[in-house]
Amino acid sequence: MKLTLNIWRQADAAATGEMRTYALDGVSEDMSFLEMLDVLNEQLNAKGEEPIAFDSDCREGICGTCGLMINGQAHGPEVTTTCQLHMRSFKDGDEITIEPWRADAFPVVKDLVVDRGAFDRIIQQGGFISANTGSAPEANSVPVPRDKAMRSFNMATCIGCGACVAACPNGSASLFMGAKITHLGELPQGQPERDSRVVNMVGQHDHEGFGGCTNIGECAAACPKEIPLDVISQLNKDLRTALKHGH
Amino acid sequence: MTPVATHTSAPTLVKGSRAARTTITLKILMAASGIVFIGFVLTHMYGNLKAFAGHDSFNEYAHHLRTFGEPMLPYEGLLWVVRVGLIVALVVHVASAYALARRASTARTQKYAVKKNASSSISSRTMRWGGVTILVFLVWHLLNFTIVKINPSGGATNDPFNLMVDTFDLWWMTIIYLVAMVALGLHLHHGTWSALQTLGLTGTAAARQRAKTAGWVVAVVIAGGFSLVPLFVLLGVISK
Repeated sequence: MKLTLNIWRQADAAATGEMRTYALDGVSEDMSFLEMLDVLNEQLNAKGEEPIAFDSDCREGICGTCGLMINGQAHGPEVTTTCQLHMRSFKDGDEITIEPWRADAFPVVKDLVVDRGAFDRIIQQGGFISANTGSAPEANSVPVPRDKAMRSFNMATCIGCGACVAACPNGSASLFMGAKITHLGELPQGQPERDSRVVNMVGQHDHEGFGGCTNIGECAAACPKEIPLDVISQLNKDLRTALKHGH
Repeated sequence: MTPVATHTSAPTLVKGSRAARTTITLKILMAASGIVFIGFVLTHMYGNLKAFAGHDSFNEYAHHLRTFGEPMLPYEGLLWVVRVGLIVALVVHVASAYALARRASTARTQKYAVKKNASSSISSRTMRWGGVTILVFLVWHLLNFTIVKINPSGGATNDPFNLMVDTFDLWWMTIIYLVAMVALGLHLHHGTWSALQTLGLTGTAAARQRAKTAGWVVAVVIAGGFSLVPLFVLLGVISK
C-alpha cells in the first residue's frame, strides 16, 4: 500500500520542530507500524537524510517504550501499543499524522522521542514497597484474598507508556498514578506506606506540571493495557484518606 | 551523526508534599461544593413547580422562605444562612475550577496537529465554558428575580408570581432561560458523575455505571423540571 505520512521533525530538545510530509510506497499490511517507519528510515538513510527518531524496545507490547500519537489517537486506532499496531489497520492511500506525546512534563528529545523521566520520578516517590531482603518469608503467612490479588495484578499490567497523559485533554497522569496506587494498595505489603505513597506521588505529579483530572475518560480509552477509570477513584480515595490522617 | 541535546530540564524530587496542597484536594473541594449546588437546584426546582399550583400558592411559598423558622429565627434568617452557604460554595467552586483550568492549559502548551476524542462525552468537554455560561446566567437571573427585580415587560415587580409570568411571556426571555438549562443539564451530567469519582465512590465498574446513570437522572430531572415553568408560561397554561 501507498501512504502519505505527516511526521513531526525536531532536531533536538531546544530546536523548533515542524510537521514534514513523506510519501511511502510498498508498505505491506503485515508490517507493524514501527516496521513501516523502519522502511521509511532505510529510504531516508539511503538518500543521506537524517532518519526519524522514535523509541522502541521489546516490540512485543510489554515494555512501554514505544508510543506515538497516530492520527490524533495515542498508539493509533487499536487498543494496543504502537509496536503491536499493524498496517492492516490502515488502507492504501491513507494519510497518517504521527506526532510525539504532547505534554510539557514529557519534553521532546528528538523527533518522536520524548523524555518520560517524570514517570520515573513519580515512581521514585512511592511506586515501591519497603521489604527486608534475605530469606523469602513463608508464603502462607500473609494471606491475600483472591479478588484483591486479581485487581492488584490487573493494575500492575500498566507499562508506564504515557498514552494516558498523551490522550488526556488536561495532560494529567492520574490513570498512571491510579494504576500504581491500586496495584500496591490492594496488597498487605503495600499498606505501611499507603498514605505517604499517594501524597508523595501526587505531589511529584503536580510538581512535574501534569494537569488535574476532570474524569473525562480519554485516558482509559487510550490505555493499551485497558486500565479502567476505577483506579482514579481509588487514587482520589487514598488521597482523601491520607488527608484525613493528616498527611 | 549530529550531537543531540537529550537533557531538557533539571529533574528534581519534591520533598515534604502535603495532601492538602495537591490538585486532588482542589478537585475534592470542587466536588463537595458542586454537591451543595445539586442540593440547592433540586430544592429551587421544587419551589418553581409551585407555579403550577397557581398565583397564591407560589407567592405563599416565596413568602414562607422568608418566615421559615420564625420566631426562633429572625425574618429571612434561614434564607441568609442558605445564601451565605451558597456564596461560600460558589467562591470555592469557581476558584478551584480556575486554578485547575490554568494548570491544564500549561500542561500542554504545544498542541496536537490532529487530536481525536475517543470516548469523552460532549458534557465532559464543555465543563469549563458551560460553567462560565451558567455563571453569566446566574448574574442575570439574580438581577431578574432577586437583587434588582427587573421586569423585562415593564410591569410591576412586587409580586413574585406576576414577575415570573411577565418574564416568560416574552419568547426571547424563555429562550435565554432554556439555553441556560441546557448548559446546566450538560454541566450536571458530567459534574454529578465526576464528583462521585473525585470523592472516590466509584471503585468498581458497577459503581462507575451507577454514577454515570446518576449523572443522567440529575441532569434530566433538574434541567427538565426547571424548563417546565417557562415553557408552560409561554404556552399560556400558567398565566396571571
